[in-house]
Amino acid sequence: MTTSATPALEIINLHKNFGGLPATQNVSIKVQPGERRLIIGPNGAGKTTLFNQITGDFLPTSGTIKLFGQDVTKLKPHKRAHLGLSRTYQIITLFNRDTLAHNITLGLLGLQKARWNMLRPLATYGDMRTEAIRVLGLVNLEHLADRPVTDISYGEKRRVEIAMAMAQRPKVLLLDEPLAGLSAGERANIKELVASIPRETTVVMIEHDMDTALDLAETVTLLHYGKVIVDGERDAVIADEKTREVYLGH
Amino acid sequence: MQSSQTRTVLALLAVVLVGALGFSYIASIRSAQFAIVQTLNSLALGGLLFLLAAGFSLIFGLMRLANLTHGALFMLGAYIGANIMRSYEGVSLWVAMLGSGILVALMGGVLERFVLRKLSSNSLGQVLVTLGMSFIIADACLIIWGGDPIPVPTPPDLRAPIRLFGYAFPTYRLAVVVLAIVAAVALYLLLERTRLGAMIRAGVDDMAMARAVGIPVSKLFTAVFMLGAGIAGAAGVLGGPIMSAYPGLDADMLPLALIVVILGGVGSLFGAFVGSFIIGFVYTFGTALLPDLAYVILFLPMILVIAFRPQGLFGRIAA
Amino acid sequence: MTDVTDNTTIAAPPVERRNSGLRIALYAALGILLVALPLFSGDFYINLASQILIAAIFALSLNLLVGYGGLSSLGHASFLGLSAYFAAWFFTRGGLDHTSAALVALLGTTIVAGFFGLIALRASGLGFLMITLALSQVLWGVAFRWASVTNGDNGLSGMTRPMPFGIDLNGPAAFYWFSLVIFGISFVLMAIFTESAFGSALRGTRDQPRRMAALGFDVWLIRWITFVYAGFWGAVAGLLYVYYHKYIHPTSLSITASAEGLLSVIAGGSGTLGGPVVGSILVVMLKNYASAYVERWNMLLGIVFLVIVIFMPEGLVPGTKRLWKRFTGGAK
Repeated sequence: MTTSATPALEIINLHKNFGGLPATQNVSIKVQPGERRLIIGPNGAGKTTLFNQITGDFLPTSGTIKLFGQDVTKLKPHKRAHLGLSRTYQIITLFNRDTLAHNITLGLLGLQKARWNMLRPLATYGDMRTEAIRVLGLVNLEHLADRPVTDISYGEKRRVEIAMAMAQRPKVLLLDEPLAGLSAGERANIKELVASIPRETTVVMIEHDMDTALDLAETVTLLHYGKVIVDGERDAVIADEKTREVYLGH
Repeated sequence: MQSSQTRTVLALLAVVLVGALGFSYIASIRSAQFAIVQTLNSLALGGLLFLLAAGFSLIFGLMRLANLTHGALFMLGAYIGANIMRSYEGVSLWVAMLGSGILVALMGGVLERFVLRKLSSNSLGQVLVTLGMSFIIADACLIIWGGDPIPVPTPPDLRAPIRLFGYAFPTYRLAVVVLAIVAAVALYLLLERTRLGAMIRAGVDDMAMARAVGIPVSKLFTAVFMLGAGIAGAAGVLGGPIMSAYPGLDADMLPLALIVVILGGVGSLFGAFVGSFIIGFVYTFGTALLPDLAYVILFLPMILVIAFRPQGLFGRIAA
Repeated sequence: MTDVTDNTTIAAPPVERRNSGLRIALYAALGILLVALPLFSGDFYINLASQILIAAIFALSLNLLVGYGGLSSLGHASFLGLSAYFAAWFFTRGGLDHTSAALVALLGTTIVAGFFGLIALRASGLGFLMITLALSQVLWGVAFRWASVTNGDNGLSGMTRPMPFGIDLNGPAAFYWFSLVIFGISFVLMAIFTESAFGSALRGTRDQPRRMAALGFDVWLIRWITFVYAGFWGAVAGLLYVYYHKYIHPTSLSITASAEGLLSVIAGGSGTLGGPVVGSILVVMLKNYASAYVERWNMLLGIVFLVIVIFMPEGLVPGTKRLWKRFTGGAK
């Protein structure tokens, strides 16, 4: 394993104001290819806002975002997806009226030329369906492939969230609280799933559940009031005095 | 803060510029007197549009509801006013305005409470219901008052034009402008200085938060809807001496009000104010100069604004 | 391992195909009935059927936006009216023959749809609705005011019906069959569109636009293409409309005309293929019968709007389907 010179994701001096309120202040983060990065911080620390800027849902007020060395700061969200960026949502964002297989298929379709095809029914793309079933198998949901999302449990929806992103074989995967609202058993499930993500994929994860998430992480970034407080190797960040201050207060 | 002030100044400059250009052009090809009349027509139309658009915008901002009955309420107000003045000898326009405003506000309250309320989770359904209501109201007006325009008499003491520097200024149009400005100031004070206004602003900014802090949102909706409807009804009477009450008045006014709101920005009182006068000028001068293409000219400010500022000149929220 | 899962799961869900034999028979019967209609009914009903077909093409095209795209347009009559005006003007005044006038109408209207889409799609939701309404009202105003070109309130008359392959379309039956052919083509092409990969993407942008963008779909472009495509089919309906009436008046561009289309979509069931057709039958029949007895079409239209939205917001087709499912499900 050689460390590449260009980081998978590089954020330089990122600023974002909402009205007059700063949500992201002077944030700089470097994530190397294959790295497992955990982003922690109290509620309102600006974690999801940071994700939304990385994906392009929000434009930063100033600063730069680079994917594998390419400046994507002003790029539209769908173009970033084509550069290998995928994400999941903290609030489950699935296509509720459609089947699980259809949900995953949309994830596959998004990166293919076929998405512009107005003549061929989506149902006739057998290879896409095969692949969708395979991906559902990764999260142990292939038996529910033809059930609508409304029929499945919350924990299963969390798994579909991740499967939809994984179907895209992303180079950089942003997971926004993949464990939120899950039972202990389900959490172990997701943990196993995240741990099994191949090293070709760089993973950046927001999570509150330290017990589970810290095991998955190699590096940790602590955000507080939109600023990076501590950033580095997992154990060093945990041991840092400032981390305790943020979480325990004075 | 800085940029919003800059925008305010720019928008006001734009209004003045459009007005001045139109004025000098018309003055050069026709006469200064003609230009004065057209300018006052523009301002009067702008004032009426403001009364219409302010209510629409307020309702939209608070309730996320595009009230397409607004044009019909304006027309209904004009008819009721005309009817009051015809039926009761000696009733002044101002009394008719008040009476009509109250009646239309009550109708708006009934519509909001008993129909729109039931569809609060279905915003397309709400729009369709307001559209359906506008058809019903327009047709009811046709049944009750017939197809011929009903004139609304100008108050006697405002009939004679004011003479200044050798030119005649139509007094009633001046009065409409003054009234619209008074109404704008009153609405501003209502929104910024009263408890009711504070609650409305809180609701416009963040409905969930407003609910959470115990603002009676449901009563607020009814109040704002009635306020908007009442102003539209009163504006119909105020516009009566200029436009009279006629079938199709609703279809003439609603698009203008929509364009004003798109231009000025949804939920912004100031946006409605600036937008109204821009459209007042553009439409009036457009009609005077190129009667065939007045509607095409209406396109231009709208397209410019949508292209560069989709939320409108002063809008804070995307529509 | 994968082979096994493939064989067991790839088979399409059985529910969909259970009644396919019955379904095909029903569709075939319906098709024969539609084709044979002029053989057993009078001119009044044949003409009524032609009007329904035209209205149905219009409603189907609007449904692409409203039902599949989640974009509620209140200005779709723009495209029907514009196409009709283009065809009538270029044929009666511009000196073009039928074929050229039709091509100009379709092409011109589609270009205008492209332009309107650029403006209206700066917003979505209620903003989109307001802008489409405002744009169509501007066109309506132009049709009324620009009398030197549009003949204003008198409308453009003198339009004739074309003679495709030398067939005279002046009889009610001939015109009905002509409309039926065009309707069939439109219906099939729009059905293919909604089932296609692109159509699936479109439905995705209706349900979760942010997610779709994150998955790599250009949400704006998908919507714009759909807007233009819907505008094109609106123009096709407009062409048939002006052939049928041989006349065009500004009211075809009015908010009432757009609202009738939207009512057809909502009443029948938006986002379904059959819905807009059923809705068009309802609206056209109501309009014809009601106006024979009362002169209050607008009021009736308003009342129907209220009734449908309040009591059957999902529309007739999905509503009936739900009842049917409950009925057949209960019988088992």
